[in-house]
Amino acid sequence: MRRVFVNEEWCLGCHLCEYHCANANMGGVTAQDMVRNLRGKKIHPRIRVEDGADGGKINFAVQCRHCYDPMCVKSCIAGALTVEDGVVTHNPDKCVGCFTCVLTCPYGCVMPDGDGKVVQKCELCLRNKVGAPACAEHCPNRAIVYEERGTL
Amino acid sequence: MEQGKIYLSPEHEVVRDNDKCIRCQVCERQCANKVHSYDADIDKMLACDENCVNCQRCVSLCPTHALKIRRCENRFRENNNWNETKIRELYLQANSGGVMLGAMGTPLDYPTYWDHMLINASQVTNPSIDPLREPMETRTFLGKKNQKPERDANGKIITKFKSPQIELDVPVMFSAMSYGSISYNAHESLARAATELGTCYNTGEGGLHEDFYKYGPNTIVQVASGRFGVHGDYLMAGAAIEIKMGQGAKPGIGGHLPGRKVGPDVSRTRMIPEGSDAISPAPHHDIYSIEDLRQLVYSLKEATAYTKPVIVKISAVHNVAAIASGIARSGADIIAIDGFKGGTGAAPSRIRDNVGIPIEVALAAVDARLREEGIRDNVSVVIGGSIHSSSDVVKAIALGADAVYIGTASLLALGCHLCRSCHLNKCNWGIATQEPDLVKRLNPDWGYKRLVNLVSAWKHEIMEMMGGMGINSIEALRGNHLMLRGVGLNEKELELLGIKHAGENI
Repeated sequence: MRRVFVNEEWCLGCHLCEYHCANANMGGVTAQDMVRNLRGKKIHPRIRVEDGADGGKINFAVQCRHCYDPMCVKSCIAGALTVEDGVVTHNPDKCVGCFTCVLTCPYGCVMPDGDGKVVQKCELCLRNKVGAPACAEHCPNRAIVYEERGTL
Repeated sequence: MEQGKIYLSPEHEVVRDNDKCIRCQVCERQCANKVHSYDADIDKMLACDENCVNCQRCVSLCPTHALKIRRCENRFRENNNWNETKIRELYLQANSGGVMLGAMGTPLDYPTYWDHMLINASQVTNPSIDPLREPMETRTFLGKKNQKPERDANGKIITKFKSPQIELDVPVMFSAMSYGSISYNAHESLARAATELGTCYNTGEGGLHEDFYKYGPNTIVQVASGRFGVHGDYLMAGAAIEIKMGQGAKPGIGGHLPGRKVGPDVSRTRMIPEGSDAISPAPHHDIYSIEDLRQLVYSLKEATAYTKPVIVKISAVHNVAAIASGIARSGADIIAIDGFKGGTGAAPSRIRDNVGIPIEVALAAVDARLREEGIRDNVSVVIGGSIHSSSDVVKAIALGADAVYIGTASLLALGCHLCRSCHLNKCNWGIATQEPDLVKRLNPDWGYKRLVNLVSAWKHEIMEMMGGMGINSIEALRGNHLMLRGVGLNEKELELLGIKHAGENI
């Protein structure tokens, strides 16, 4: 299965992925959609760029690994998190907002959504209009890639 | 000496559509010139126009297309004699007392003769060739050719070259750009692309980084007047050795890599102390005649056991044909001629904009002279200095070149937007800089693919154009002046180029 991988050697810390992620998950595809969706709003992206050490010269993006044996799915008390064709998927209608998954995810990739009532997580943009990870598609330096790398 | 500065309005201004700006601050993070900033109090992005070099990095990365860079609308009083640029440069010099520096090729509006030449095609009386269905050879060899056919004991013609050659799958090479003037990642992109394309890139005068010896068979190693990074292994590493006598952008002067670009890696590669200015003298101090040049050519051949062809690179100057004739007799295998529109990482603007001659006429003059003297086969001729497209390549070959060098075109493929600020070390595209956080902006994994794309596309177009002429090999196109016709050229220009005017028959 193809997954999103981040190579911090090439990450520039431009944070574009966050904005494209937020736009994609608000139903947007184009630059015009982004203006409508994100202008004047605080964004809640599912991928986060951490600006690290060395005066911000080392940056890396953190995103869901879609683990084979995901702790978040195991810990979900409501059955809201499931694995569908390898993609760890979240159903907000079932989510009760207990945030146990937030606690158990070893990568910090499941987070409360903008309203703080339920969680949100990366679903590889497979369920929004973009159809493939927007972060990888728009990474200007190919630091984020969407590819098959065999069994992890 | 700075006294009584005169304020100059910015050359460019940043135009931001505030209805589109989402305050993502990508522009701010990506601008090494610190143009953009976010003011939280008024929730607006601000721009410091005077820092802008118009490299288009922010424009390219803005996710909502909210940015535009415009020429600043402030104008001096209209004057066709003292135009904006002339006045501006004069003020800058009066402010600073310094030599005007510029980068890349001249931006001035000199004639481009390529654009005044048209290519022939076959109709009715001779068949054109479809390169998708019929063989089409773009391979070419650079080096001294056998003077006459010889036969072996069985009477078969010996096809092997007596002198070492460079074999190119496509007659387009990447010109000399040193590690130091351009970044590690730019060099890696060029090296990997040259390897995949079966052509060569050129180290420039900065030596060869230890990581790139593996690309040796596709590397031309340069020996310039500073002799930076030259040692036995270096000479043996490449496919050929180039002696740089001159550069099209700055004929008659040397080079200067500022000390701030000489970090640990560049220092090791160039074999000079860290932080020291790398100054290449204007002449080679051991070359004051063709005889001296011959000594260096043969020293290099001796050092490499006569296994490597030697290139002598000169800039196109007024008596280029006579110089080329001398070089062809010096023992050199290849002559590289760099036209006055060629690029550079830094040059005095006056020299870049006013010294040298156009490559098209230089090439025609050299080719004609070498033919006249019967020594054209002694050498191959490579030209560079503003080759913009595959049609320029075809025209160059028809005019007599064996192959071309592309420098600026290859940097454009890597993202360069020709802001001509290479000498500032703040290249936002990660090309002409040694700052680690800027260098990493050029990921060679995709950089090399863009170069491969570019040259592959050109190769297709070259084959299409050759096919159209009914020609199926580079060899048959070379020096085939009848495949060219001039438009809008005067009689003298046509005579110098050695081509007929459009409408003239054979």
